[in-house]
Amino acid sequence: MAKLTLDDLRKLRDQKQKAMEKRDPSNKDAQIIVGMGTCGIAAGAKETFNAIIEELDAKGITHVLVRQTGCMGLCHSEPTVEVIVPSMPVVIYGNVDAKTGKQIVNDHLINKHLIDNHVCDKPAMDIVR
Amino acid sequence: MHASVCDTITDLVQNSIEAGASQVELDVYTGPDTITVKVADNGKGMDAATLAKVVDPFFSEAGKHDHRRVGLGIPLLRQPADAVNGKVDIQSEPGKGTTIEFSFDAHHLDTPPLGDLPATVLGLMTFNGTYDLIVRRTTPVDGYSVTRNELTEALGNIEESANLVLARDFLRSQEQNLNH
Repeated sequence: MAKLTLDDLRKLRDQKQKAMEKRDPSNKDAQIIVGMGTCGIAAGAKETFNAIIEELDAKGITHVLVRQTGCMGLCHSEPTVEVIVPSMPVVIYGNVDAKTGKQIVNDHLINKHLIDNHVCDKPAMDIVR
Repeated sequence: MHASVCDTITDLVQNSIEAGASQVELDVYTGPDTITVKVADNGKGMDAATLAKVVDPFFSEAGKHDHRRVGLGIPLLRQPADAVNGKVDIQSEPGKGTTIEFSFDAHHLDTPPLGDLPATVLGLMTFNGTYDLIVRRTTPVDGYSVTRNELTEALGNIEESANLVLARDFLRSQEQNLNH
């Protein structure tokens, strides 16, 4: 891959945007939020974050918002990932390794099924106000 | 200790964002003898008393985790620095911000690997908020700089999955030929 410039990036963005407009806009308001506090980092949250982006790319899902946040208060279950999909309950998944991260994309986002054995409680109240 | 230098970088920048910084500068240098990283923010900063406590793993700043007395970010930086003949310098002033600089001996057996810097920088661009992140990456041979604001200007919302993929490829391409 040649070294890209910001102009290259703008052109790629324009090309991709045209392709995106033809696609199904479902999941447009979905969000995937990866806990990236010290606890999450130590448990491998960066690998989880990368795997989620790779899987979204592989499945051609272009509109989902993916972001990082700090500790969600569930340090015992890191890496933790909050998933917000319209018409589904807001869920925090725990022990989300790279494989489970990809499962979130396929099961939760695409097939609209919860991944039962990774569902955690809501965030700890002393962390999230 | 964290598994890679990039893990430590993520931890420090995340601290900066949590400290309310609107601008974070990240400098990463890798040379034949040293790895040097500087994270400078304009967040709320710390007074001398707080600064003296951040190396204590059983201290966490009041208001951050109200009922918790554990804060491992800085201790997990000091630990490898002590182990590999490294250095850590922390300067902070309330209302002005914090600058943390550390260096590791690249030859030491226990020095953690750098890790995946493009993926790390990509993640650091996706914290919620309007902050700018200025990244300057250098080696003895070459270097590059990139900012969150210019990526946002080029792509739009960087958190959108399609844009994340483009930003990831852009950042990976910047790392090419940095060492020869």
